Amino acid sequence: MRTITFEQVASAVEELCIKANTNIGADVTAALEKAKATEESPLGKSILGHIMDNNEIARNELVPICQDTGMAVVFVTIGQDVHVDGGLTDAINEGVRRGYEKGYLRKSVVKDPLERVNTGDNTPAVIHYDIVPGDKLHIMVAPKGFGSENMSQLKMFKPADGVEAVKKFVIEAVEKAGPNPCPPIVVGVGIGGTMEKCAFLAKKALLRHIGHRNEKAHLASLEEELLEKINNLGIGPQGLGGRTTALTVNIESYPTHIAGLPCAVNINCHVARHTEIEL
Amino acid sequence: MNAVRLTTPLTQEALRKLKAGDTVFISGTIYTGRDAAHKRMVEALDRGEDLPFNVKDATIYFVGPCPAKPGQVIGSAGPTSSYRMDSYSPRLIEKGLTGMIGKGLRNADVVNAMKEHGAVYFVAIGGAGALMARSIKASKVIAYDDLGTEAVRELIVEDFPVIVCIDAEGNNLYEQGRAQYQRAGA
Repeated sequence: MRTITFEQVASAVEELCIKANTNIGADVTAALEKAKATEESPLGKSILGHIMDNNEIARNELVPICQDTGMAVVFVTIGQDVHVDGGLTDAINEGVRRGYEKGYLRKSVVKDPLERVNTGDNTPAVIHYDIVPGDKLHIMVAPKGFGSENMSQLKMFKPADGVEAVKKFVIEAVEKAGPNPCPPIVVGVGIGGTMEKCAFLAKKALLRHIGHRNEKAHLASLEEELLEKINNLGIGPQGLGGRTTALTVNIESYPTHIAGLPCAVNINCHVARHTEIEL
Repeated sequence: MNAVRLTTPLTQEALRKLKAGDTVFISGTIYTGRDAAHKRMVEALDRGEDLPFNVKDATIYFVGPCPAKPGQVIGSAGPTSSYRMDSYSPRLIEKGLTGMIGKGLRNADVVNAMKEHGAVYFVAIGGAGALMARSIKASKVIAYDDLGTEAVRELIVEDFPVIVCIDAEGNNLYEQGRAQYQRAGA
């Protein structure tokens, strides 16, 4: 049994929260650059330029890319031979608390969804655990803004509805969201599992490196088809018209029940943040 | 589409010249407010009380900024989604509010109130909060301090860059822009 200390986890998470919120991934930068080169709308092109300038300022000055520094969504893959002293969940929340304070990040979490009093330190995080063989601890922090999160949708289709229903649902979700999720967006699609598994898959799809396609050929081709159709909507950068509505569409799937075809759409803005570490 | 410089307060006369798609650089005083502050302001009106600022010809920026780092006036401060303020905005427009800065869709009630009272809806670039903060030269909380980031702030801005999204006649750049770039096969 390998022991990892509370402090190791907390300081790693602290650093990940700050890094994710100030330093956009190289894949997003490359996708924005490509979009800027091909965008037909002059206003859209100029907006993409401002977004890239903004990301530069954030990186250079270590300030948040966006004021919505999100609710901290944390994906943990823990080897079954790892023991964390003091409690893993507590250590992660301590890291979030410190990261959001020291990084001058916005505290956007309310304690109760109906009473709505701010917790003051952006805790608790939403944590997803996966247990695997081995003695490593992998932590990914994905701060999630709610301008885009609020545009998410889930529907339980019948098997007879098939892939056409899935396509229509995804495209309509993006169309209905319009300018609200700060396009250009990243579209995460979950297909299969149960209701909650499907929502999780859609979230997980947002974490994939932009440009990487699903390993299954039929899903990779569905990703390409949906991306083209979404960009034909004309919503464009910030919804003000243009050819760049989505930077990518990522689909994750899971086996499902003979009676069901769950489909979930989770949208991320162009500030598609996630940073990881292995301890 | 024009680029114009305007100084607050934004009068109906100045705003009626703006068309959807115009770029505007705003200088002067604007006020921040988002969900929780709007709720309190409308409750204050319901009780017959005054608003935290003079709303006549005023501009509200829908934003909840990040905390300022040492040496900063304000942290990152880009727009938040405006539709969440739709149920409150008409009340403020009736009281004299002429400018709103945010991002995203507005409902018919807001647009009708804008047309009736000569108000304009501007959009700023969502997700460009570090860049937007550079146009903010001063910031102080003037009401609802307990709301943290959602408190009402008075901001002094200089050439704060926005785009006219819905003008005082109800022309909507979201609709116009999309129609121009939409293709078959969506």
